[in-house]
Amino acid sequence: MADGGEVKLLGFWGSPGSPQQEELYAIAVQSVHKKVPVLVHHGKPIAESLVILEYIDETWKQSRLLPQDPSERARARFWAKFADEKCVLAIMAVFRSEGEEQQKLVLEARETLKILESGLEGKLFFGGETINFVDVATGWIGCWAQIVEEITGTSLIDAENMPSLDAWFKRFLELPVIKECVPPWDKLIELNSGFHKMCVA
Amino acid sequence: MGEELKLLGMWGSLFSRRVEMALKIKGVEYEYSEQEIFHNKSASLLKYNPVHKKVPVLIHNGKPIAESQVILEYIDDTWKDHPILPQDPYERAMARFWAKFLDEKCVPALWKACMSVGPEREKTQEEACELLSTLEGELKGKKFFGGENIGFVDIVADVLGYWVGVLQEAVGVDILTEDKFPVLCRWAEDFRNCPVVKENLPPRDRLLAFFITQSEMLNSLQQK
Repeated sequence: MADGGEVKLLGFWGSPGSPQQEELYAIAVQSVHKKVPVLVHHGKPIAESLVILEYIDETWKQSRLLPQDPSERARARFWAKFADEKCVLAIMAVFRSEGEEQQKLVLEARETLKILESGLEGKLFFGGETINFVDVATGWIGCWAQIVEEITGTSLIDAENMPSLDAWFKRFLELPVIKECVPPWDKLIELNSGFHKMCVA
Repeated sequence: MGEELKLLGMWGSLFSRRVEMALKIKGVEYEYSEQEIFHNKSASLLKYNPVHKKVPVLIHNGKPIAESQVILEYIDDTWKDHPILPQDPYERAMARFWAKFLDEKCVPALWKACMSVGPEREKTQEEACELLSTLEGELKGKKFFGGENIGFVDIVADVLGYWVGVLQEAVGVDILTEDKFPVLCRWAEDFRNCPVVKENLPPRDRLLAFFITQSEMLNSLQQK
């Protein structure tokens, strides 16, 4: 890292939180929630991925994730929060359910994704021409949604109903810096299939 | 300065009052607009918060900001005097972590614990108490979560500072009590006595009546 300080990222390679970070190490750190990811900098731990992103943005100022303008920052935080709280939960609900209930939850998940699409406002990325805080915080959802789609046989994001969101996810996952961080597809499927069996058992 | 600052809020909402506390800390003038939050939502509310259709919404020079924690950060980013968040990045991360913990875990758990009936009650109350123990531990040795003065976490913890006490009385439960949580209760009293908080709390009897009505409505729904 640029400042020479020691940075360790505790992440589980298959967890939705981990692809957002730049490097992965496996070191155990106690946190309140006992969950990953946890960033440890100069021996101090920080948990919760959005909190970690803000910390990274404020500590390594070379390439800012959040916009400078306060109202643009507020917009970015709003959409990151929306994706984190509504989209993630909705997709998780689909993953954990079956049958008729699942069909209903798929519709709800698609609705939240449609709202997320409105936040994109037809741009290439939430950050405009380049990625910003929101893209980094939420782009992984596209990968995870595809995994859930494959395992559950449902359709969450499609080019017909959510053209700009669909294009954005694909564009984000193709970026070299992001591609490096995403674990191999077949391993993700294997891991999440295991979780799925546990959820619907 | 020619600035237009308007808050769409609701008198009893702990989320809405957070924004008012923050604006008072900054000494910023604003126009307040009371909103209907259950039925008959105003055209303004629907226009300025189409995603959630909820209060609070802060409108600054025509630009709306929704979600109370996002608004608090906006206020701190825009008016630099009397900072609400700490300056150090690690301290800021800690503040954001605890604020998230409060809103994502504590607020729903406390509401659930107060509104549940029958056998579920014991379990939900236990869960709420566990979360409060974590906060009690975090607060030890400090006057406020923000140190000597109230800050971001204290404002977000307004649920504990005032609302939960009234809610407990409305439904007849004891969750946040002095014998179980002496540190939190001492903090709550200090919090309520801060001038920017004191002037911004909804009247107790009105809030109590509101919670009693809410509880009765929920009970009748649960029994159907």
